Amino acid sequence: MTRTAELLRQHLIDPEICIRCNTCEETCPIDAITHDSRNYVVLADKCNSCGDCLAPCPTGAIDSWRRVAAPYTLEQQFGWDALPVDDSGDGVVAEVPDEVTQLTAVANQGQGGLLPPPWSAAHPYVGLYTLARPATATVSGNLRLTAEGAESDIRHIVLDFGSMAFPVLEGQSLGVIAPGADANGKPHHLRLYSVASPRNGERPGYNNVALTVKRVTADREGNPVRGVASNYVCDLKKGDKLLVAGPYGASYLMPNHPGSNIIMICTGTGAAPMRAMTERRHRRMALKEGGKLLLFFGARTPGELPYFGPLQKLPKELIDVQLAFSRVPGKPREYVQDRMRASGATVARLTADENTYVYICGHKQMEQGVEDAFTDLCSSHGTDWTGLRAQLRAAGRYHVETY
Amino acid sequence: MSINYADKIPNNVELASNKTLQRALEHWQPGYLDWWGEMGPEGSPNYDVYLRTAISVDAKGWAHFDYVRMPDYRWGIFLAAPEKDRKVNFGAHKGEAAWQEVPGEYRSTLRRIIVTQGDTEPASVEQQRHLGLTCPSLYDLRNLFQVNVEEGRHLWAMVYLLHAYFGRDGREEGEALLARRSGDADNPRILTAFNEKTPDWLSFFMFTFITDRDGKFQLAALAESGFDPLSRTCRFMLTEEAHHMFVGESGVGRIIQRTCEAMKEHRIDDPAKLRAMGVIDLPTLQRYLNFHFSVTSDLYGSEVSSNAASSYTNGLKGRFDETRIDDDHRLEGAEYPVMEVIGDRILTKHVAGLTALNERLRDDWVADVQAGIDRWNRIPAKYGVDFRFKLPHKGFHRRIGAFAEHHVSPEGAVLSEADWTSKHREWLPNEQDRAYIQSLMGRVVEPGRFANWIAAPHQGINKQPVNFEYVRFN
Repeated sequence: MTRTAELLRQHLIDPEICIRCNTCEETCPIDAITHDSRNYVVLADKCNSCGDCLAPCPTGAIDSWRRVAAPYTLEQQFGWDALPVDDSGDGVVAEVPDEVTQLTAVANQGQGGLLPPPWSAAHPYVGLYTLARPATATVSGNLRLTAEGAESDIRHIVLDFGSMAFPVLEGQSLGVIAPGADANGKPHHLRLYSVASPRNGERPGYNNVALTVKRVTADREGNPVRGVASNYVCDLKKGDKLLVAGPYGASYLMPNHPGSNIIMICTGTGAAPMRAMTERRHRRMALKEGGKLLLFFGARTPGELPYFGPLQKLPKELIDVQLAFSRVPGKPREYVQDRMRASGATVARLTADENTYVYICGHKQMEQGVEDAFTDLCSSHGTDWTGLRAQLRAAGRYHVETY
Repeated sequence: MSINYADKIPNNVELASNKTLQRALEHWQPGYLDWWGEMGPEGSPNYDVYLRTAISVDAKGWAHFDYVRMPDYRWGIFLAAPEKDRKVNFGAHKGEAAWQEVPGEYRSTLRRIIVTQGDTEPASVEQQRHLGLTCPSLYDLRNLFQVNVEEGRHLWAMVYLLHAYFGRDGREEGEALLARRSGDADNPRILTAFNEKTPDWLSFFMFTFITDRDGKFQLAALAESGFDPLSRTCRFMLTEEAHHMFVGESGVGRIIQRTCEAMKEHRIDDPAKLRAMGVIDLPTLQRYLNFHFSVTSDLYGSEVSSNAASSYTNGLKGRFDETRIDDDHRLEGAEYPVMEVIGDRILTKHVAGLTALNERLRDDWVADVQAGIDRWNRIPAKYGVDFRFKLPHKGFHRRIGAFAEHHVSPEGAVLSEADWTSKHREWLPNEQDRAYIQSLMGRVVEPGRFANWIAAPHQGINKQPVNFEYVRFN
């Protein structure tokens, strides 16, 4: 399985089946299809997957897709006699449901689309378990992370896969399949949760993973709603079984080479991948591989900051933890971007180092503030953030997952 | 642009708001259904067929799949959405607003163009009406019926134009379209190729690959017309036509694949031995290709034609991809090469581009056919079979135009009568070929099974499995 199995779902036309009838090119509302004397091809940077071309195609050639790290160029596609072999599975078929791809695409908007993973990322498995063939996990722990009085209920859930292989890397997510059906009788949507534990298990050597799940009780506008999957997961008791699909994600992965630095910027349950990466490094401290960890973590109050206690106990030589609280009575509101500005020199120095990788995870609202902070601290250190960000993206050094 | 199925005649042209036209077409409708009953697919009235029906003309709606009892297929009148501020894009009227009514001075020419196009549609249904009895699979049977109902709909499209814009003359032409019969000695279809027989499935696939592709190019040229209703009608027909070419190209491709499989598996390439195994040897396919290519080539008419020139100058029929061509769109001073036979040599001469529009459209079609042949040739290449299909010379076996009085070999050598007589059996399907192909035509209707001479398709229709029950016989 390639590590890039869901980086980009590229729309292609099967040249073996296509009869060059021109219907797709005629139909496409945004002129994203063109042809030469050999093949009809889709312009990867233009196609928005609207699907208008699918039904009119008489042959089905138009309904061809490949998950790729970098899109096939027009020249490559014009030269094809047949589609390239779909090698997104080393003997294992990766099935990534469309809704997972869509969720990932939305989550990755902030980084400007799908990007490559760090060069030293480990090889991820993607889509081993599907909606049709899910894995069964047993709940081996369910712990409230937020303080008793806190407004939000964020939980640390530990799932055990028993003898079932569920290899998952820091930064990857898994899909929870809530039982039952919605009001229209349709199965509930798959919900994705980032794993909060490192690759060798929440408890080293055990086949288990941890999730950080917030019980959803209101929608974005603050109206009361009951999140189906989050409430289902938060209410699970030790010993309960649940169905899981995945793993998913082949880009938001940590670097593994010695000396690599990681800047982590998160809010709320966006802490999950940060905790996983931090734990990975924590467990390998004795190897003295070097590399700095810098964490900017925001919450309303300390009581609502998941893993607040354990974070305090991490060795200073492992990680520089910068916490920002926006609703502490009697104190000015502080956000992650404020802590970033306060550490401006460190951030600027680290981002200039090609061994530094940036990870952002949390609410969509944090994006703009983080962008502004990067822009300011870069300009005050004589660099241009827009140019730097483009370099970081291209090198798989800048990863955003916001929701 | 949704289609009104509540009316007797489904349409997206607000037929109900024009009672005279609606009555005229409702009067024509029973005659059409009688024609379908008499000349449509033989033995099919009780079949439920998994067909594509347009429920609107936009991208989302025109490929609606469901079982349809064929005589109940909702033939109707669908025009592509109007293009805002469309202009006449070529000829003397270039730049004028496209015509929503027929200009008086072009009335008879336009009527002739529409009747000629319209006549091919029922003709092909008639040519293919017996094929259902010898289908190589349910999948292919379904594809045949899909082609048939859509050709029927294309007749509707042309009859609508005749009724809506040509008054009494148009209505009479509408009746005549139902009266002519393919191959009939007294009242044949207008064009020769549409009076040929389509006696077997190989001919059907070749026809849909090659002759329906002529349809594509004719429709594309008419879709450029300054007469906007004709343009919009043809644009929507083109979307349907694509399926027909798919049936042909993939049909022949599957035959080639089956033969190559047999050649590889048994390591033989002797046509006689291959025939003994019940597959169609590649040279026979080449002869069928030669035949259909040359007969269809005649449909484009004479290389040099003043009719074609005036149709263009008058804005009635454009070139293929007219609006994408970068020139003056009037062809003032333009030249175009055409071939002529001088003695025993074929020479190229340059003539006024305006008069060579038939040849130009033929050349566009040839390039498109060639692209299909190239794709066929990937199949033997993939199997390591040393055979490649080749289009014959444009002058081969022609009855119309500069080569009509000459014999030309597939390689382009001008031949004496004697040479032609002794050799043409190697180049065109002979009686043994036809008899052999006929001997293969059994009937396979078990879902998922295919006749021995043709491979299963890559995938089913509308993502259905290949062994889907595409036709229910009841």
